[in-house]
Amino acid sequence: MKKVYVNEDWCLGCHLCEFYCAAANSGAPDMIKAFKGGGKKPIARIQVEEGSSVNFAVQCRHCVAHPCVKGCITGALSVKDGVIVCDEERCVGCYTCVLSCPYGTIVIDEEGHKIRKCDLCLSNGNGEPACVKGCPNKAIVYEER
Amino acid sequence: MAINFMNPLFEVVRDPDRCIKCRVCERQCANEVHKYDPDLDKMTANPMTCVDCQRCVCLCPTRALKIKPNENRFRENGNWTQSVMDEVYKQAESGGVLLSAMGNPKDYPVYWDKILLNASQVTNPPIDPLREPMETKTFLGKKNQSISYDENGNAHYEKSPYLELDTPIMFSAMSFGSISKNAHESLARAARELGTFYNTGEGGLHQDFYQYGDNTIVQVASGRFGVFKGYLDAGAAIEIKMGQGAKPGIGGHLPGMKINDEISRTRMIPKGTDAISPAPHHDIYSIEDLRQLVLSLKEATNWEKPVIVKIAAVHNVAAIASGVARSGADIIAIDGFRGGTGAAPTRIRDNVGIPIELALASVDQRLRDEGIRNDVSIVVGGSIRSSADVVKAIALGADAVYIATAALLSLGCHLCRSCNTGKCNWGIATQRADLVKRLNPEIGYRRLINLVHAWDHEIKEMMGGMGINSIEALRGNRLMLRGIGLTQKELDILGIQHAGE
Repeated sequence: MKKVYVNEDWCLGCHLCEFYCAAANSGAPDMIKAFKGGGKKPIARIQVEEGSSVNFAVQCRHCVAHPCVKGCITGALSVKDGVIVCDEERCVGCYTCVLSCPYGTIVIDEEGHKIRKCDLCLSNGNGEPACVKGCPNKAIVYEER
Repeated sequence: MAINFMNPLFEVVRDPDRCIKCRVCERQCANEVHKYDPDLDKMTANPMTCVDCQRCVCLCPTRALKIKPNENRFRENGNWTQSVMDEVYKQAESGGVLLSAMGNPKDYPVYWDKILLNASQVTNPPIDPLREPMETKTFLGKKNQSISYDENGNAHYEKSPYLELDTPIMFSAMSFGSISKNAHESLARAARELGTFYNTGEGGLHQDFYQYGDNTIVQVASGRFGVFKGYLDAGAAIEIKMGQGAKPGIGGHLPGMKINDEISRTRMIPKGTDAISPAPHHDIYSIEDLRQLVLSLKEATNWEKPVIVKIAAVHNVAAIASGVARSGADIIAIDGFRGGTGAAPTRIRDNVGIPIELALASVDQRLRDEGIRNDVSIVVGGSIRSSADVVKAIALGADAVYIATAALLSLGCHLCRSCNTGKCNWGIATQRADLVKRLNPEIGYRRLINLVHAWDHEIKEMMGGMGINSIEALRGNRLMLRGIGLTQKELDILGIQHAGE
């Protein structure tokens, strides 16, 4: 299965992936509208971890153990073809998944009621994940390993 | 505090309607121009340190940035221009020699742009490169004057070492130290894929790049940095650097702060010490001395590798080249006054040397007149900006060209000419680890290959138009060139006729 991987050798810590992710999942037609359209700032599902010399972006690893799915109290989180997806209609914002994710990649939405997580841009019509497309140094790749 | 006479050269213009305050500009600027002010919730800019490298402009996801020349001008003066005055102020403050980087940017004539190419009509049909074979392969080295046959019909001729190029374009010398390891890796990998050569410059060969040896020209310069038997053996050819177009008559100086562990190991000098290349080779004061070095290097490598001698284009270049051709060198590389550098005294860069077009034409003519043109190949560099420049150079008599500035541009360089500061935002002319990683060789080498492939296609198209199907038939074919807007003297030196003649 194709997944998003980050090579920390090339990650610059520029945070562009976060902005491309947030914009792609905001429903707005472009980045300016997504961030300056009047609403709350859209949330990214990818976060850059910064260190003094090493940076890397992290998003849902779609891990086989998936404690988030196991712990979801409403069945909102499920695994579809290896991708962990969230049915927002069923999410009640209990944040069990936020606590149980070992990578800390599940985030709380703009309103603070539900969770948001990376679904490899499968539902937003973006094609290739937005973080991969937007990375200026090819540090983020979408590939089979 | 003393009055600051210096004016910022540029103005950072940010469109507030487009800026989303993502702070990418702030994170990507090694000169610390951009800053986010949390109290004002606004991005601010300090243009004083901006060098117009365009990194922020290119990475801004909403294209909210523009870098403009500073509109604040000193009182207009045709003689004391703004830049002349700025330089006086700078020196009055620092007391130092002005340093600059990359090639001479002054408004001197560009002869390439005053030369036009021919095309075939009616009687000598053009060739379509997409339908018919077209050869851009070329060989550098001494060419045989004669072949004899014995009674069994076996050919006997002198075998000289040579370089085989799939395209008449090589990457010229840039040392590891002046440019980053990732830049070198991009060049090395591109050279291998393109079937051409890159040049180590005077900084030695990093241990990781010995694997690209078959596509590497190893340089021996006046500092002799990183030179040992294994280094000479690693390359496909050895280049003796006598001079550089950007700074003829001047040596080099890589400041100690750039000599980190890797560069210290590669150059074989202690970490943190200045790497100073003397202006002359201290063992070369005549053509005979040069000959000794050429032959020593050949002896050291078992007479298997061609030796290149690189000289800067200076006033007496034809006579110097004639001497070099007699020194036993297989290839002469001539570097024009527009050639780039990582750092040079501004006055030298801007005022010393001559245009490569004139140097090439006079060297080629001189070697022909003396009957020694076939003893050496000629490679020219120093601002070959496009495939048209390549075609004109070959028609003027070059065997191949060296490109470096164009290669760096394809890696992201925007010619901000601040290499000497060591803070290259594009990860090219820097040794700072956080900046070096900005150049991913995986991207860089592909861009270099794209550039050279594109040029190669264009060269074939132009040759086809002239009814020529090989580089060999274009070489020195000055009938394919016409000058435009040139004086008779210039035409005479270039050895071409005026358009319409």
